[in-house]
Amino acid sequence: MIALLLRDLTLATRAGGGFGLGLAFFLILCTLVPFGVGPQGGTLALIAPGILWVGALLACLLSLDRIFALDHEDGSLDLLATAPIPLEGVVAIKAAAHWLTTGLPLVVAAPLFGLLLHLPATATPWLVLSMLIGTPALSMLGAFGAAITVGLRRGGLLLSLLVLPLYIPTLIFGAEVIRRGAEGGSTVTPLAFLAGITAAVLALMPFAAAAALRVNLR
Amino acid sequence: MSLVAVRDLAVARGGMRAVEGVSFSLDRGEALILRGPNGVGKTTLLRTVAGLQPPVAGEVVVGDDSVAYAAHADGLKSALSVTENLRFWARVFGRTDIDAAIAAMNLGGLLERPAASLSAGQKRRLGLARLLVTGRPVWVLDEPTVSLDADSVGLFAAVLRAHLAGGGAALMATHIDLGLGEARVLDLTPYRAKPGKAETPAGFNEAFA
Repeated sequence: MIALLLRDLTLATRAGGGFGLGLAFFLILCTLVPFGVGPQGGTLALIAPGILWVGALLACLLSLDRIFALDHEDGSLDLLATAPIPLEGVVAIKAAAHWLTTGLPLVVAAPLFGLLLHLPATATPWLVLSMLIGTPALSMLGAFGAAITVGLRRGGLLLSLLVLPLYIPTLIFGAEVIRRGAEGGSTVTPLAFLAGITAAVLALMPFAAAAALRVNLR
Repeated sequence: MSLVAVRDLAVARGGMRAVEGVSFSLDRGEALILRGPNGVGKTTLLRTVAGLQPPVAGEVVVGDDSVAYAAHADGLKSALSVTENLRFWARVFGRTDIDAAIAAMNLGGLLERPAASLSAGQKRRLGLARLLVTGRPVWVLDEPTVSLDADSVGLFAAVLRAHLAGGGAALMATHIDLGLGEARVLDLTPYRAKPGKAETPAGFNEAFA
């Protein structure tokens, strides 16, 4: 399983691997928003939590269809299905690799993007924390969507439609953590919900995704 | 104790039965070659034996973790080198030795080349070398010799013979003569599913499979 994780990370950093794509997209989004809504700090600070989380969702979405589609095209997925690794493990590892190449860079770069959107400095730790807790759920839900659409032509579009609604709870509670953090209120409740959603997704989705893969491999 | 036992197997492709009533068994050191016209269901049968899809009827008995499957796609990553590709598959199957496979499939001169720059035949040789690093006893091969030149076909036949001599077994679909005199041949044409008995979707899953 470590071998699979290392291979996916290696592939992501090689030519055409798409590493940094999500990050660059996030950066562009965060620089475009001030142009669109005007540079008034007050307005920007108000909408920053929502923009940051929506940006993270979309950045995550960019590379989701690659999780299984590439392995399906070159036959690796068939071979992995007959390998001694359980398919659930394959799903978990591939979601982890996706998070390490897409989610983690977003978490690390989030304070900078918060700055671009006039997010108050007091909210920055909450921004990083909510991203750190919330983004693993994005990768795992995305892996589930990718497993359902694997092998479909133009599956990426369908994938977006399937996965984005599933991201709503994470979006709501993730943005709420930052908003309350900015106002200096208690963040315990939304954080607990955010962590609960992530934990449930991480526990259940590998099985759902593996079942979807088995059906699609037939 | 046979490595593979198939009893009264029926397989379906896209909800339609392809072949039915197929039975055979493979012991150590045995090879079975499936023949039949295009579309008769050779690939579907092989995928069923490899466990990639469930049988419609009958049963397939193979040991846990005993099948190595090789199909038209070789499962190679074009951004990785020959060594990296092979080492990855070896580690997935919990093994470390890839030198024997490299020597057997004559890949020695290509080790650092990225798989993207290999020719179709060289990719195929790398894909077949992957079988060796899995260390699995049962090889399920779908057209293993596609795009191989005559020398490489000879090389592969030798590898296959060594695998059989070492107590392995092979089930393959191929149209060319590998020169394996000892291999049995099973023609699937008589097992073609009777028309008019098209499988009605058994339920939601079948209807959308």
